[in-house]
Amino acid sequence: MPNKPTIVLVGHGMVGQRFLEALADRGVTERARIVVFCEEPRPAYDRVRLTSYFDGRTPEDLSMVEDGFMARHGIELHLDDPAETVDREARTVTSRAGHVVAYDTLVLATGSYPFVPPVPGKDATGCFVYRTIEDLLAIEEFAKTAKTGAVVGGGLLGLEAAGALKGLGLETHIVEFAPRLMPVQVDEGGGAALLRTIENMGLIVHTGTGTQEVLTEDGAVTGMALSDGSVLTTDMVVFSAGVRPRDQLARDCGLTVGERGGIAVDEQCRTSDPAVYAIGECALAADGRVYGLVAPGYEMALTAAAAIADEEGQAFTGADMSTKLKLLGVDVASFGDAHGTAEGCLEVVYSDSRAGIYKKLVVDADGALLGGVLVGDAESYGMLRPMTGTKPPVAPEQLVLPAGAGAPVTLGPSALPDDAIICSCHNVTKGAICACSSLPEVKKCTKAGTGCGSCVKVIQQLLPKAADSGMCACFSYTRSELYEIVRTMRFTSYGELLDSHGREEARGGEGCEICKPAVASILASLHNEYILDGERAALQDTNDHFLANMQRNGSYSIVPRIPGGEITPDKLIVIGEVARDFGLYTKITGGQRIDLFGARVDQLPAIWARLVDAGFESGHAYGKSLRTVKSCVGQTWCRYGVQDSVRMAIDLELRYRGLRAPHKLKSAVSGCARECAEAQSKDFGVIATANGWNLYVGGNGGATPRHADLLAQDLSDAELIRLIDRFLMFYIRTADRLERTATWLERLEGGLDHLRDVVVHDKLGLCDELEAQMAAHVASYRDEWAETLQDPERLRRFVSFVNAPDAPDPSVRFVPERGQIKPDLTVLTLEGTSAR
Amino acid sequence: MMLELSYDDAWLTVCEAAALTPGRGMAALLPDGRQVALFQDRAGRWYAIDNRDPFTGAQVLARGLLGAAAGRPFVASPLLKQRFDLETGQCLDDEEVSVAVFPVRTRQLALVS
Ligand code: SRM
Ligand SMILES: Cc1cc2nc3c(=O)[nH]c(=O)nc-3n(C[C@H](O)[C@H](O)[C@H](O)COP(=O)(O)OP(=O)(O)OC[C@H]3O[C@@H](n4cnc5c(N)ncnc54)[C@H](O)[C@@H]3O)c2cc1C
Ligand code: SF4
Ligand code: FES
Repeated sequence: MPNKPTIVLVGHGMVGQRFLEALADRGVTERARIVVFCEEPRPAYDRVRLTSYFDGRTPEDLSMVEDGFMARHGIELHLDDPAETVDREARTVTSRAGHVVAYDTLVLATGSYPFVPPVPGKDATGCFVYRTIEDLLAIEEFAKTAKTGAVVGGGLLGLEAAGALKGLGLETHIVEFAPRLMPVQVDEGGGAALLRTIENMGLIVHTGTGTQEVLTEDGAVTGMALSDGSVLTTDMVVFSAGVRPRDQLARDCGLTVGERGGIAVDEQCRTSDPAVYAIGECALAADGRVYGLVAPGYEMALTAAAAIADEEGQAFTGADMSTKLKLLGVDVASFGDAHGTAEGCLEVVYSDSRAGIYKKLVVDADGALLGGVLVGDAESYGMLRPMTGTKPPVAPEQLVLPAGAGAPVTLGPSALPDDAIICSCHNVTKGAICACSSLPEVKKCTKAGTGCGSCVKVIQQLLPKAADSGMCACFSYTRSELYEIVRTMRFTSYGELLDSHGREEARGGEGCEICKPAVASILASLHNEYILDGERAALQDTNDHFLANMQRNGSYSIVPRIPGGEITPDKLIVIGEVARDFGLYTKITGGQRIDLFGARVDQLPAIWARLVDAGFESGHAYGKSLRTVKSCVGQTWCRYGVQDSVRMAIDLELRYRGLRAPHKLKSAVSGCARECAEAQSKDFGVIATANGWNLYVGGNGGATPRHADLLAQDLSDAELIRLIDRFLMFYIRTADRLERTATWLERLEGGLDHLRDVVVHDKLGLCDELEAQMAAHVASYRDEWAETLQDPERLRRFVSFVNAPDAPDPSVRFVPERGQIKPDLTVLTLEGTSAR
Repeated sequence: MMLELSYDDAWLTVCEAAALTPGRGMAALLPDGRQVALFQDRAGRWYAIDNRDPFTGAQVLARGLLGAAAGRPFVASPLLKQRFDLETGQCLDDEEVSVAVFPVRTRQLALVS
């Protein structure tokens, strides 16, 4: 390829990769040879989400390079091979491995390095920085033997690093020279709100004091001497005191750099040598600033790529420093003129220090929004940022008040003009987003939402509602929407719901086999009335209609409840006798109970009369409701057991029996970590600890098994039950039809963290209501079979033939097998006039 | 009010109309041993089709759930959920399969007071 020009990129970080993509988009990759020198041992990854490595993301998960991207575009990538020198005369770059590449265009995207203050001891064993995956691996390894960690710097990165240390189980200190945390992004009030929340999490914050010396012993960290004279004992130190542009390569080859660092570039991102560009954190932009955020870096990448592709018009003249972050689980956002530096500007502040919420908007005398700071609740960031520079359609104070206080204002994104920037990471306007029809399409065509992700919520609100998320041909609502409608409007009848909230064409009609049982289940979850009375009888699936499970030949199986799988010999004998007397097939189920098969519909009442008499109740094997709570034998007998798992399983089974849900619910309780009851494969599973119980949720067996997630640890009996109450009711309220907890949890926006926020931290303020609902269920539980037997009217349906109530169904026949019965399928194969 | 079924060119009285729950079915035994599934929909109309589910051979269609597709009533088999048009007996999920339908009517008995 002798006549192809060569572009050399030095630095394959986030901005470097964005630059390569921009070249590819413009077809430059076909016209030019592209060589990339990457200092790190892996291609570009998402540094913004670096910390999520500690949440179980692998380095591969963080990769920013689509599979096959380099090969497809013929890009030569040298990993683990930094560029060492640039010869601008000869136009060559020489790498550490000795590659010499001649360039026509050179692009520097070398990023930043963490600034380590020149204090004594800074290089001791146990000192780290927080910038690369390798840094994190080293921190993780060292933390295994450490008890205490200190982070130098209470800015954005410092807080992230502190969160990571805390997550690794260390007692964590933050030392910040400024009088408040995140001094760059938030003002005093915001800093105070942040401080309170962060201290509540158990981090120890030292503001207004600097680091004087890292104290060492035999070359290893033992503590820190602070400028206020105090000494902090610590096993490790993470420096996070800001970053400095990596401009050494540029300095060495004589390019102009700023007084305080950064490779000086013009509006096209060209350096003092027109053949050399600099983009990202290493660049000193034309507006005299070095940008330490990814969004401006991406803009520079696009600008440089456009310039190289000879496109006119792109220029980087400066960028918005807006950020929204979730630091240690606290939302922090700042945008526009956050510090209120514009002349004559006014501030509107709402602050609730108890809740750790602080919101400030900066407006000008005419009421135009100039900027703001949001701490603790940054919900409105996605809406406010695009309004910056405009006059919001409502008074600014209404925009910061929490919903419920005064007149709550929920401004939809429809209020925004078409040219409002919705995604600031990729500079995408509302107009561009509205031209797409789905989130994946938006991400693909505009890249909006693929950066920090803070704009995704607003994007979703802008997109047309997914074609039709309705439950069936009768309702345009999802199950959870219907649940809310039934709950808030107090519906008690399917007919009324269909006729008022069904699709236009379905109103007054029959309904269908999909929505009938779903609404029946919702009504049962909310009212817990006898499921077969009145109109409800017509809604139930056939199994619920007969309170038994239909088998392949039309006969039924019967599963009495055996809570926790514990059963007395007397009761075992009753089951045996009933089975013998009615000629039923018996089998131990996978749910630690006994199934009796082969009953004709007309035999069900007589069989249940015997069972109820002996103290059995319905096991709801037919219902979308609690099935079994399996147990292991536990502490009472087992040498390893640490709690009485059988008692707990029985308590739970009795508490939640009969609870109708979007799908069946299964549970188990194990007496110790050996987990003989397989609790981690259950919708809610409980494992005993020395201090109480660990609660796992969202497990599933079946075709797509899922291990349950740990929701909370070391709970007392009462705490455990309260948490399960909330969890189950929240699931019942929000899941889709026939959605097990596992799929629901996978789908739940915010996942386990969100679930924990709602049911443990009561973030939505729902918990009282959820508990009250469960209390109402528990109080209103009655055994369905006992109730059925008491009422002759209810027993009328248990006949094979309406015109011959005493005649058995001749098509239900059995043949012997292994000493029991099995369905005789030959009678079923007769076509037409069968079973004469 | 009695429910009657056209059978062997005559009207056979099956049961009291009130024995059925609107929106559900019941099975009836014919003199020749065949079974019919009787239904009343939410609007109060009556239907009768063969009770035998042709997919499994089980006599269970009377125990299925009723629904409507494009305004036409159907019953979904309780076993494998195939739907059958209640007016024609046509299976909506497999055009090669259908079940027999029977004309039905209700007749008011003279009230003797
Ligand atoms: C009887 C039993 C098999 C046995 O002889 O052991 C059984 C039988 C049926 N299972 Fe099961 N399952 C039985 C334990 C299980 C287990 C094991 C357990 O509970 O520990 C599992 C895996 C655990 C789980 O659910 O996560 C299991 C996973 C399923 C699934 C797959 C669920 C999933 O989420 O993927 C189905 C299909 C469904 O529900 O949609 C299913 C559906 C069924 C149905 C309802 C199929 C049907 O529609 O006819 C069977 C009817 C039972 C009947 O007629 O009485 N059965 N089934 C077990 C009854 C337990 C009990 O005492 O209530
Ligand atoms: C923990 C953490 C959290 C962050 N969170 C946010 C956030 O929430 N929002 C936000 O906007 N920004 C955030 N940032 C900042 C963001 O990551 C940077 O702005 C962004 O990575 C800059 O991209 P870059 O390509 O310019 O630099 P980098 O991503 O640092 O990439 C530069 C690359 O060049 C390599 N390199 C340097 N010199 C050479 C050489 N001579 N030869 C070859 N390769 C070389 C480096 O090894 C590096 O891989 C965060 C940063 C960190 C560390
Ligand atoms: S889970 Fe533990 S306590 Fe329970 S049976 Fe197994 S080993 Fe014993
Ligand atoms: S604003 Fe960051 S991804 Fe859109």
